[in-house]
Amino acid sequence: MTRKTRRLWLVLACVACLGTAAALILRAFSSDIVFFVTPSQVEASPPPADRTVKLGGMVVAGSVKREKHGETPVATFAVTDGQAAVTVQYEGILPDLFREGQSVVAIGTVKPPHGFVASEVLAKHDETYMPKEVAEALKKSGKWDPRFGPPPSAASWNNMTVQDASKSLSAPAAAN
Amino acid sequence: MLSPELGHYALALACVLAAVQGIIPLIGASRRDARLMALAPGLAIGQMIALGVSFLSLIYAAVTDDFSVQNIAENSAVSKPLLYKITGVWGNHEGSILLWALILGLCGAAVAAFGRNLPSALRARVIAVLGLVATGFELFCLTTSDPFARIWPAPMDGQGMNPLLQDPGLAFHPPILYTGYVGFAVPFAFAIAALIEGRVDAAWGRWVRPWAVAAWCFLTCGIAMGSWWSYYVLGWGGYWFWDPVENASLIPWLTGTALIHSAIVVEKREALKIWTVLLAIATFSFSLSGTFLVRSGILNSVHAFANDPARGVFILGLLGVVIGGSLALFAYRAPTLTAGGLFAPISREGALVLNNILLCSLCAVVLTGTMYPPFMSLLFDRTISVGKPFFDATTIPLALPLFIFMGFGPMLPWKRAQLWPVLQKLWLAAIVAALACAVAVFELSGVLAILCAAAALWVIAASVTDLAERTKLFRVPVATSLQRARMLPRAIIGTAIAHAGVGITVLGLAAMSQAQHKIVEVPIGTTEQLAGYDWTLKAVEQEPGPNYTAMVATLEVRHNGRLVTVMHPSKRSFNSQNQTTTDVAIHTNMLADLYGVLGDKHGPDSSPTYVLRLHYNPLAPWMWLGALIMAFGGALSLSDRRMRVGAPQRAKSTPASTSVA
Repeated sequence: MTRKTRRLWLVLACVACLGTAAALILRAFSSDIVFFVTPSQVEASPPPADRTVKLGGMVVAGSVKREKHGETPVATFAVTDGQAAVTVQYEGILPDLFREGQSVVAIGTVKPPHGFVASEVLAKHDETYMPKEVAEALKKSGKWDPRFGPPPSAASWNNMTVQDASKSLSAPAAAN
Repeated sequence: MLSPELGHYALALACVLAAVQGIIPLIGASRRDARLMALAPGLAIGQMIALGVSFLSLIYAAVTDDFSVQNIAENSAVSKPLLYKITGVWGNHEGSILLWALILGLCGAAVAAFGRNLPSALRARVIAVLGLVATGFELFCLTTSDPFARIWPAPMDGQGMNPLLQDPGLAFHPPILYTGYVGFAVPFAFAIAALIEGRVDAAWGRWVRPWAVAAWCFLTCGIAMGSWWSYYVLGWGGYWFWDPVENASLIPWLTGTALIHSAIVVEKREALKIWTVLLAIATFSFSLSGTFLVRSGILNSVHAFANDPARGVFILGLLGVVIGGSLALFAYRAPTLTAGGLFAPISREGALVLNNILLCSLCAVVLTGTMYPPFMSLLFDRTISVGKPFFDATTIPLALPLFIFMGFGPMLPWKRAQLWPVLQKLWLAAIVAALACAVAVFELSGVLAILCAAAALWVIAASVTDLAERTKLFRVPVATSLQRARMLPRAIIGTAIAHAGVGITVLGLAAMSQAQHKIVEVPIGTTEQLAGYDWTLKAVEQEPGPNYTAMVATLEVRHNGRLVTVMHPSKRSFNSQNQTTTDVAIHTNMLADLYGVLGDKHGPDSSPTYVLRLHYNPLAPWMWLGALIMAFGGALSLSDRRMRVGAPQRAKSTPASTSVA
């Protein structure tokens, strides 16, 4: 085998492997990427029902209901970004750090019109932590301006769900 | 005595020693000044001792509950058990950076101690490069994350440690993982030294390989321990989350695996030299960026400790200097390295090249999946995430050919090989794989799982065949075979064992894709059925612990009426931090794990119901067992006489009969 053909083999092997890798990545990007959505985005333009998305926000205080369908425990709770609330249904054990009035990320699909079926619910290890996505959503919805100090206590703003941002900021916080 | 001030001073001293260690030997090596070069080992050992004193001081402060030290006040408490007071030292950002520096110091001292037979200029340069890297990290530790910072007034009690981290598995996971990460600093230093010298030859390959293999063994164990921890502590029934932190350890593992294979080609055939140097640089760069990008919170992750901008800037600067500097040096000096010859595609070295290409493609895929979401959010302000479906769809199709060629590779002779004789030797392994495939079609669902199971058995069978062929098992009397086995170089046995370990892990992964689980909410006395087992909730009791109270369930598992085990999953509420953790109960018979999790209590106290999550995880222990076997194979090949550091000399040929590794 000449030097040229040997080099050709090497190049072919590299191209084949990296090409396959690129093709696999592109294919997976078109189907397996999970987008992050906020409750208000679900309200405005719900993603297709077969698409897995991550829904992030705060758990509305007093919205958590635990039921039993047969022997299966089902938890329902509302997730809000201060503009809109989406009711999430989840079959399973809520994580240890799941609390009303704290941030949560639910992975699942949207069930029209305003429902969400979660296959997984994530709460952070740290109670004081707010997922970056949730913090962004808060800032976008006008509930929190980072220039004026730390984010509002979750308990104080999770019940201003459908109200106007400026109104709710002046409204006294109801206890959860 | 060991006070925080002494620790702080020792850390500063280590930093100065590291700086001297990074400069003087380099000058000595370029001037060929033997006296300056001879300073290197002493400086490296001195730096290690200073770091050791510093680290001991921090442990001493933690054990004696010195809450005037901020780090300890924030992460420890009087009520914390002694073991976790010690291990808690590296459970936080500052302490983990100090541990990082200490391990780097140990690596430098190890090169100083075991590298006596290296040429003095090479040894001086290797130690100097390690010193330069250490200077950077000790400066980082001193300026932005000082573990010895005091607070005033000192609190009476500390804030305590995250209960999730109070676990023996996690206590020893960071040192092992860090040893893996930092261990790759030594091949990196060898690569930089070789670039400065402008010389890479077979002897260089032979010197660098034991260090790479040792680091690889630790990294393998570290990753396996991390995965095991998330399996039995987090209680979600899974073992790998494809979280950025986990990927950050997998990426250097993939390039490190490529490195230990390509270094063989350098050693045996003096080819792939530039590529191996690049791999050594890449592996350490990935280790560095993995640990530090993740720890700095730049990648959003459940593991991030801190979000301090000063730290982030320092880390980015440091990464830029180390990675950018080494790549610039590579670009500048690599053309001066003489290129090795090309070789036939069907040969041992051809197979090793293929291994490298496939491993690097895998690495590229994992890297893309990990970096794409942060880039998207940075550049286009779109929040996306990439999870298990993405990685399953991209990594498995690339890993399958890797497993197939893993069977052939070790049996191909060097230089020029014929495929047919090797295939003839492997007919038994092929039959085993085909049978496995047939069984898997009935037992497993999912094409990828079936293919993975078949590939795993193919790898195991091929490794066994390789050893059987070399010992001429069943063709000569057994005693002769044993004799031959004893004469086999340990590196060959190690390779076969490590490859079989990969097969065992993959088999575990394939079987785990068939795991079953069930979530129920039941009153006491209910029996549930899962995977042919009857799980009965017998009782739930409250039990006090040292710094928590626990709700403990008694779960009886029967199989066809016969008692299999009584499990006690529990839920702990920690007093100090108002936090709860779930304590998973796992019963294993090595073929499957029965896995029980106790959830919340609902309903009135007179007739409470409890949420239970039950998992049946087939072959789960094999995933970590396989990783341990891989690491054992690596350690065995390290004990090979031919691999011993310093034993080889430049340009010495080896007898043809043993020229395999």
